This record gives sequence, structure tokens and C-alpha cells, in this order.
Amino acid sequence: MSIQEQAQKIIDEFAIFEDWMDKYNYLIEMGKSLPVIDEKYKTDQYLISGCQSKVWLSAEMQDGVIVFKADSDAVITKGIVNLLIRVLSNQRPDDILNSNLNFIDQVGLKEHLSPTRSNGLVSMIKQMKLYALVFKTKMEVNG
Amino acid sequence: MAVNFDVNNIRKDFPSLHQSIYGKPLVYLDNAATSQKPKVVIGAISEYYSTINSNVHRGVHYLSQKATDAFEDARNHICQYLNARYSHEIIITKGATDAINLVANSFGKKFLKKGDEVIISALEHHANIVPWQMICIEKQAKLRIIPVNDSGELRLAELESMMNERTRIISVTHISNSLGVILPVKEIIKMAHNKGIPVMIDGAQGIVHKKVDVKDLDCDFYCFSSHKFYGPMGVGILYGKEEILNEIPPYQTGGEMIKTVTFEKTTFNDLPFKFETGTPNVADMIGFDKALHYIESIGMENIEAYEKELFNYASERLVTIPGITVYGDKCERIGVISFNLKGIHPYDAGTIIDKLGIALRTGNHCAQPVMDRFNIPGTLRASFAFYNTKGEADVLMGAIHKVQEMLG
Ligand SMILES: Cc1ncc(COP(=O)(O)O)c(C=O)c1O
Repeated sequence: MSIQEQAQKIIDEFAIFEDWMDKYNYLIEMGKSLPVIDEKYKTDQYLISGCQSKVWLSAEMQDGVIVFKADSDAVITKGIVNLLIRVLSNQRPDDILNSNLNFIDQVGLKEHLSPTRSNGLVSMIKQMKLYALVFKTKMEVNG
Repeated sequence: MAVNFDVNNIRKDFPSLHQSIYGKPLVYLDNAATSQKPKVVIGAISEYYSTINSNVHRGVHYLSQKATDAFEDARNHICQYLNARYSHEIIITKGATDAINLVANSFGKKFLKKGDEVIISALEHHANIVPWQMICIEKQAKLRIIPVNDSGELRLAELESMMNERTRIISVTHISNSLGVILPVKEIIKMAHNKGIPVMIDGAQGIVHKKVDVKDLDCDFYCFSSHKFYGPMGVGILYGKEEILNEIPPYQTGGEMIKTVTFEKTTFNDLPFKFETGTPNVADMIGFDKALHYIESIGMENIEAYEKELFNYASERLVTIPGITVYGDKCERIGVISFNLKGIHPYDAGTIIDKLGIALRTGNHCAQPVMDRFNIPGTLRASFAFYNTKGEADVLMGAIHKVQEMLG
């Protein structure tokens, strides 16, 4: 599934919620169901600093796509981390670099991506794109 | 309950309290970050710009004189309120942070030498840590910390042994912004003065909840921000004893603060202008003057009595919540209740509480060392003002139950 298709799927899932509470209950579920990152990645090396909540992110190249795994100590942050992983993991570096993440706005969670929230999400997105750039460069160098 | 105190009437004086957030009536419990402003303050700022706006201490013209009088009236009023000896002991700054930077730099420049020591407490806001840290690095002096015990209480016995012939100054907060713990400042000042050490008090939270008398406290410096004390943002006060203010050099330089300038040499103006360079924030000082009048019209003793009652009401209820940890709860506290809920990250709880129309702060509250002391990423902080009600404390209780239902 392309980034766009994944994003649309999430928008459709959220469309059924009538009030914020249902939406957040769903987000909390998503947070709890995120496959937990391997403990070996929960170190400072993979930590993306955010002063309110912490996010850990790892990335691996597999058959031309990047596989992201992530975790957070706050479950709502983790729910949003899950959405970002669903959209950006298993995608090609170029597609990740060209993606926009407007779907977060469309499902009404934009406030969590404000830099002043310092929950680690903004830095996580930056870091994902940085990984994409690094893997793309590596691929080009290696031919 | 204070006799002359009707919270519902008082709330009418604060326009911003009467609004809805996400369709729910606003419950503003972030007063330790900044307070809301009464109508008289908002009106005074607008009136100043509509009438006597003019630069101060310079023009001989009518408006400049009016503006200067109003500005100096504000200074005199603060002098009286704090029971300082002279109005030139009242320095107008941008806020508490600015005032602490002023003292750390000017006092440090004059008195700190290699190997000297500065003492602060483990309960400080970053504003009373970093300026001292910087000047200590510059002067190769040592910053020492009065520790707290597990309940958040300062270990005064340790202070006694920390003070020595190298200690140049002690700077501590009056009330902790992250836990609401009231520090025994009078005792600290006495202990320090017995050894000839001056003391600065960071009163950013203290001035809001206590009647402050600098003569009675006998502190050498006391500072605070207007905006947490019902006045406008952008101004603050540094009180300093005349003797010590005269001894330390200016902090920033420029216009207003000089007596004579040639390209070879400048002589500085007298107190308080020596520390007030550039055009001051006249409008906001006039606004702050009005805030002070407003507080006096209610009476600080009435405010203190009501706040204590409200604080006890909220504390007694909050501690009954299963899984709650309230930090500093064995200490004498006021204004702030800092807590966590078992198994729930403060960021998650804060997100849900926000959706319920309650303004409350989550995080480390600019006091990271305090969080590290308790080994927590942060807390939820409900901070109360005299316009908050018991009904609002009940709304917070309900919100916490909702959080536990959704996240527990
Ligand atoms: C105890 C304490 N000190 C200093 C400050 C800094 O105040 P300002 O940001 O107004 O300069 C604060 C504000 O949060 C505070 O609570």
C-alpha cells in the first residue's frame, strides 16, 4: 500500500468517531497495540528527546524499503507513533522523503505535532526523514 | 472562611475566566505559570496608551511629566507594599528571571572569586539555577545545593554545615513552583546573616500567596514578576538593600542609567536608575500598580485565608484518589498541587484533562532537578488562585476519574 493509501485508510478509520473521547480511546488502543520495540533499542542511542514524553526509533533497510520500529513511554504519544509507522514503514526512501503528513491534521491530531508540545513526535518525523535520506544516499553510492 | 470574601463576585472582575474551551466552561488551574488579569489592569493599560503615553524621566513637557509621575507612583506603591525603606531600593526589571540575572551578574562581578561558593536549593526554578551556574563557571566558583529529603523538605541542618568562609551568597525560592512547598526563608536568612552571608529570595511564587515584608524578612534581595501576581507580563521587581545595590556595578548599560558620558569616561546615575537602562515598560508598570491596588482592596490576609481553605479542600479530596502520588505532601504547601497517577504518563493525563476544559500544566515545570530528585519524568500540576472555587476542584476530581477510566 502506498503512503497515500495508508493515510487515507487512517482517515477513514477516524471518520466514524463522533466525539473526541471515542477518538482518544481508539488512539490509546493503537498505542497499546503497537508492536513493542526490542529492548536493545530502548537506549539513549535510539532515544529521540522530547521533554514531556520519550520516543525511541529504530530503522532497518529490507529489500528496498525501510522498516521502522518505535516506542514511547506515553500511550497517547505511542498511538500517534503507531499511525506514523503504519504510514511510513515499509516504504521506499524516496517516497518517505516526498511524503506529507497532512492526514494527522485531517484526523484532528495536529496539536500533538506542535513543536511546543515537546512530546518527541516532531523530532521523530525529522529523524524518519533523515533515515530515509541516509539510506537513499547509501543505495546510490553502492549503485 | 474569610468574611469579606465572595469568590463569585471576585470572578466577575476577571473577564478571561468566563469562556468555554472545547464547549466546556474553562477551569483555569495554571496560575503558577501566569495569573489572569482583573478588568482594572486591562483598562489601565489601554487608558495609558490612549492618554498620557510619553517617554519618562526625559521630557519637560506635560505628558512626559504625567507619565513619569505615574511610573514613579507605581514604584512608591511597591516600596510601601513590600515595606522597603526607600523607593530607590525598588528596581524595575522585565521579570523575575531578569532580576536574578541582574544580581548574579552584578553581584558576581563584584564579589565572586576563584574558589568562592554560591548556595541555592534543590527546589529551584531554572531561572534561579542557570544564571548562578553561568557566573560560577565564569568566575571559577562553586555552586552548591541544599538537598531535600524524600518528602521535599529542605535539609536545613546540611545548610548549616555547607556555609563557610568561601560562601558569598545564598539564593533560594520562597515557594517552590513545582511542588508548592514553602521554604523556611526567614530561618535561612537568619542562619546566613549569622555568618555574614547575604541572601536573595526568588519570590516569583512567594509574593502571590504570602504578604511579604522585606524589613521583617531582612532579605538582601527579593524579586518577582508582575504577571504571576495579577499584573501584566513584561515587568518585574527587584528589591535590594541600598547598601548592597550601591556596592555592585550596573548590569546593562546605555541611556537613562548614566550621569555624564564622554567618549573617554561615563559616570553612572544613582539608584534606582543605575540598574534601569533604556526606556522602561511604563504601561505595564502602571497596570501592575493597578493590580496591587486591586489586591489591597481585597486584602492579602483575606486572600491568604481563602487560598488556604481552597488548597486544603482540594488536597484532602485529591489524596483519596486511588493510585495518586502527591509530591511534597508532608510539607507545608500553598497554591500548587503536583501529582502523578499510577501507571499513567503525565503527558497522557494532561492531554485528556485539557479536553475536559481544564488548564493545567504537565512536564518538569522548569525544575528538572526536582523531577530528577523524585526520579519522575514530570508531574501534573494544578495551581490555584483566589478566583478559583471548590466547584472547580470538584471538576478536576471528575476529570482525574475520567483519565483513570480511559488510561488506567
Ligand atoms: C519560582 C520561580 N522563579 C522564577 C520564575 C521565572 O519567572 P519569569 O518567567 O516571569 O521571569 C518562575 C516562573 O515560572 C518561578 O515560578
